[in-house]
Amino acid sequence: MRFLILLVAAALALAPRAVAQDAETEKAIEKYRAMLKEDPWSNPGFLDVDRGEALWTTAAGPKKATMEQCDLGKGPGKVEGAFAELPRYFTDADRVMDVETRLLWCMEKLQGINAADYVKRPHPGGGQPVKDLGAMATYVAAKSAGQKFAAPLGHAKEKETVALGETLFNRRSGPMDFACATCHANSGLRIRLQGLPYLAEKKEASKVIGEWPAYRVSTTHVMTMQHRMFDCFWQMRMPELQLGSDASVALIAFLAQQAAGGEIAAPGLKR
Amino acid sequence: MRILSTLFVLALSVVPAAAQQPGSAAADAAIKAGFPTAPADWAPRLTGDDTMQQCSAARNSPSKEVAEAIRKRELASIVYPPDNSFVGDWKKGEALAQSGYGLRFTDYPPRQANGGNCYACHQLTKKEVSYGTLGPSLSEYGKLREFKPEAVKATYEKIYNSHAAFPCSTMPRFGTNKVLTIEQIKDAVALLMSPESPVNTGQ
Repeated sequence: MRFLILLVAAALALAPRAVAQDAETEKAIEKYRAMLKEDPWSNPGFLDVDRGEALWTTAAGPKKATMEQCDLGKGPGKVEGAFAELPRYFTDADRVMDVETRLLWCMEKLQGINAADYVKRPHPGGGQPVKDLGAMATYVAAKSAGQKFAAPLGHAKEKETVALGETLFNRRSGPMDFACATCHANSGLRIRLQGLPYLAEKKEASKVIGEWPAYRVSTTHVMTMQHRMFDCFWQMRMPELQLGSDASVALIAFLAQQAAGGEIAAPGLKR
Repeated sequence: MRILSTLFVLALSVVPAAAQQPGSAAADAAIKAGFPTAPADWAPRLTGDDTMQQCSAARNSPSKEVAEAIRKRELASIVYPPDNSFVGDWKKGEALAQSGYGLRFTDYPPRQANGGNCYACHQLTKKEVSYGTLGPSLSEYGKLREFKPEAVKATYEKIYNSHAAFPCSTMPRFGTNKVLTIEQIKDAVALLMSPESPVNTGQ
């Protein structure tokens, strides 16, 4: 039954777009979301939460180590509530990191994984499951579900990162002259029939940012926040945004600040 | 030649404009480092030109002086059809208004002509109900302008370079940025300005 509804939602999402159909799609997804509230475990994103948890405790990489000593900001191995306080400045790395950048750093330091190699193809193709790093990010985020975004962002480097993120959010470039703000600096607007969140405003940002990482019905996999940024830049006709780059962390830090006080509901469910 | 001299002026003015903008050097460095796989000929995509730097710095609300400088500069970049006929084939215009293909890193080598993706942001024909609202409705665009020849020319200019009419417009500069060809822009003009176009017949 769960999967039937999912299939119906997916089929509707793929059908030629029209107002009636889109309203139907929205209704089907809304119904599915309501079911998730009754039975939260029916979100396929939880499969990746479980996978991420298993990966966290499984020895991997050249050093055959687990991630259990990874410090996400609240001390080695402490996962509960860590996502709610990210991005943050890490003294050991001397930089601000979001959850995925930090996990990659731990994979490199603890497990000996080659980060430069990993970032060459860090995101799944359509229909493919989220990669290991993304699954762990989904697990870590889910361990803050129900908490409010409370990244401190008070350290000088954190402030600098948020300011950079805001500049990048408004920075127009590429052959279409797009900025993030082109689509996300107003309320109630849409591309075709897809509604656009007003991310330059805290009220709307705090409603949607906490839903990432999210299971996407249209691509049938979990998409992480780093992947979401990469996808926006693809649409903006920009090159491939590198996972863990300062630009990616800055945008995510800006969004986390915009979402401060908003509830974390990861993994979310998206069109 | 006009383009060449515009480019030359742009190249000269990039440095001072960037220097005026607080934090833009950090942003430039972060963008350069954030897209390490960018091909060499994509470098202009990363930096944005003088107009984009001014619009970004002003959050798209430039001062009167800056707006006027942008308007003049962008108007000068417009290349007109050699025979000054601005109206192409509205059916082709409708096809390119529907298509969002082109210029993404997954669109190379090109498999078809670039689209204008007009429906992503604008309402046009009544028949197409899946339209965006980032831009104003263009329903009955030509009819409302009584199909006047000067309105036809202005439409061509707006599609070729929206900043020549509205400095720091959020609409792409389809001609100047070589998203669409002159022929394609004429087709888009036809979709908006032909009396036979469904945009104006209400179909």
